[in-house]
Amino acid sequence: MSLTDGHGPKKRIPGLSPPTVDTLGPVSDGFGDIGAVSAGLAAAGYLADQAIATSVYLARALDKPVLVEGPAGTGKTELAKSVAAMTGARLIRLQCYEGLDESRALYEWDYRKQLLRIQAGQVGQAGAGGGAGGGQDAADQGWDAVEDDLFSERFLLPRPLLEAIRAPDPVVLLVDEVDRLEVETEALLLEVLSDYQISIPELGTITATRIPLVFLTSNNTRELSEALKRRCLYLPLDYPDIERERAIVVAKVPGITERLADQVARVVRSLRALDLRKPPSVSETLDWARTLVLLSIDQVDVERACTTLPLLLKHRGDLAKATKSLSASGVDR
Amino acid sequence: MLGALAGFVGELRTIGLPVSLTEHLDAAQALTSVPLEDREALRAALAATLVKSAAHRPAFETTFEVWFSLGLGDALDGDSAVAGGSDVADDHGTDVDDLAALLDAALASGDPARLADLARLAVARHADLRAERRIGAGSYERYRTLRQLDVEGALARLGGRPEFGGGEDADLLGARLAREELHRRAARLRDEIDAEIRRRLVAERGAPSMSQALRRPLPADVELMHASRDDLAELRRCLAPLASALAARLARRRRHRRRGRLDMRATVRHSLSSGGVPVEPRFHRPQVAKPEIWVVADVSGSVAAFARFTLALVHAVSSQFSAVRSFVFVDGVDEVTRCFEGMVDFDTAVRRVNAEADVVAAAGHSDYGAALEAFWSRYGADIGPRTTVVILGDARGNYHPSRSWVVAELARVARHVHWLNPEPRAYWGSGDSVMGDYAPHCDGVHECRNLRQLGRFVEALA
Repeated sequence: MSLTDGHGPKKRIPGLSPPTVDTLGPVSDGFGDIGAVSAGLAAAGYLADQAIATSVYLARALDKPVLVEGPAGTGKTELAKSVAAMTGARLIRLQCYEGLDESRALYEWDYRKQLLRIQAGQVGQAGAGGGAGGGQDAADQGWDAVEDDLFSERFLLPRPLLEAIRAPDPVVLLVDEVDRLEVETEALLLEVLSDYQISIPELGTITATRIPLVFLTSNNTRELSEALKRRCLYLPLDYPDIERERAIVVAKVPGITERLADQVARVVRSLRALDLRKPPSVSETLDWARTLVLLSIDQVDVERACTTLPLLLKHRGDLAKATKSLSASGVDR
Repeated sequence: MLGALAGFVGELRTIGLPVSLTEHLDAAQALTSVPLEDREALRAALAATLVKSAAHRPAFETTFEVWFSLGLGDALDGDSAVAGGSDVADDHGTDVDDLAALLDAALASGDPARLADLARLAVARHADLRAERRIGAGSYERYRTLRQLDVEGALARLGGRPEFGGGEDADLLGARLAREELHRRAARLRDEIDAEIRRRLVAERGAPSMSQALRRPLPADVELMHASRDDLAELRRCLAPLASALAARLARRRRHRRRGRLDMRATVRHSLSSGGVPVEPRFHRPQVAKPEIWVVADVSGSVAAFARFTLALVHAVSSQFSAVRSFVFVDGVDEVTRCFEGMVDFDTAVRRVNAEADVVAAAGHSDYGAALEAFWSRYGADIGPRTTVVILGDARGNYHPSRSWVVAELARVARHVHWLNPEPRAYWGSGDSVMGDYAPHCDGVHECRNLRQLGRFVEALA
């Protein structure tokens, strides 16, 4: 905001704020302060506004996961990818879907391999002891050893969450579309999110050696549980304002002129103001801008806008509405 | 700072935001790592740690503005702040015409700093902030400032200029975009004026008293019967997300309600991958019957808003029911299902209901008895054992006979009969309310005063 612009630097803030800013949290890999995060993300190709940069910065400073919520195509997943690129970390992605369970999210015992291990043991004993009756006793004696062996890390298949916790190198964990999980399955995430550890009954608790940055995204198809939200920082991502959208278009579409980018951003804003079923997302804006550049259109008018609208709007009703509204532009003054 | 934070958190809780102790601690910790003199960073840090739902964000923003506006402190001495501004205001003696010229210039340039300066100047000049008036949330001051400033007039003047699409032969799209840009600047100016007034009022009266004056219920808690026009607009925006969330939840629940029968064939087939040991049993998909919903809504003046919201919500989640039929009544009754078919947006549907439904049989005042009897005689034969009838209304029948036997008959043939009443339960049965006559025959009577309760009921219905 620009409220301070008119006053100049001569007046300082009274009362509320302490004098120094040098008490910043742990400094590492480009997380010096909020400005550094912002610059780092920009270098990774993601134009963050203040709220985004602050949330990412706080995620590191407080070691808390970030829950990013907003409509489709506003750059939620992209944010996690860009943070990974910025810090040079490996991105581990857990795509959520209905019916996702422990064995896909946390870890699984490789039962095929375990069966083979048992069978191999039996074959070995059958070969040594001769008859099936004699092998029974031997099998009982050997069982403890076999059991210990069966539930060792050798037979453990790590799934994304466990992998992120165990990783010796820096990682960014992305839990994508967490709102698709059932409420009960959400609980699987809680231990990981609050304590960065996973308890495996047969093995004990595995704790993170190095706390990963965690991003959860949600399209808001349902309210997430309080327990999950409480453990996260919350970052609502809406469509960007016009200046930011223009900057994104300029940054992401090679060969576009400032003027066309400005027009693109304004037309998209104008469309979003209509009451549409699915307003154009940022990625669709970029598609549209790329198309305009490809068609070497350097100025959008009503006719050109209407013929290329299907790139922005994917519902028949929305298309009809937008076409009608754009065509009537001059009339309703 | 911790004291200020505690007060802020307390205020958020009073409004109804669920801020837990952990979140309070997180916020306190976040404060140690963001630069406090950067107000936007402070706002983002508090929002990220304290507010966990987009619907609560507007309430947070207002409260933040009030509690942390002193962080900018310098608006306390109005005139000197104006004088210390930019070139916009160098002396106090500018008259109304000058202000209009400044307004035109600021809007034409679109420079945020100039808009902010103009807002400060206009408020200092016209808002009539007097210390003795200690009530209100600033709407009087706002009204005065905007009337004197005449933003609409400026928009009309500027709209005629060629660079804002005023020319006859300008291209249509360009004109439209320019016009929208102009309106955005005007909206920004209004926001700046609001902020400036709020800042001054807070400086005068203190944050707690001011936030009490500004305190408003969250959208989901607004009483549908007494909602103002602004409230209704806000509620309409909430309706679509609520409906889609509800539909998603219902669909999910239906799929996972219980497992179907064991599918022997698939289980054996799948067991081949584990050497013939059936490690993972497979199940048939469950077949769950969807209920059929009939909504019968009173649309007379007092409860019309409530009826519209309920109809819109039920139709928005209609994919979760095998069929939805809707009826509206005042003292006559008519079916309006067709108005909601392929509903593109809520307003069109409502307009069609208003235009097409024939709901007035005699006087045009609610007559529950007559309307229900007409409903029973015209549509009663279609009601089957799978039909759930939902009746909406305050049951205030203007002292006409209630004819509650109709509801008893409905309950006999239908699967369930529910009654939703938008009045507080304590008022039922007072005056001309005949809720007591109908209630014994219904399977459920529900108080349904706000969107939260409405959503809960629709969820239970499916």
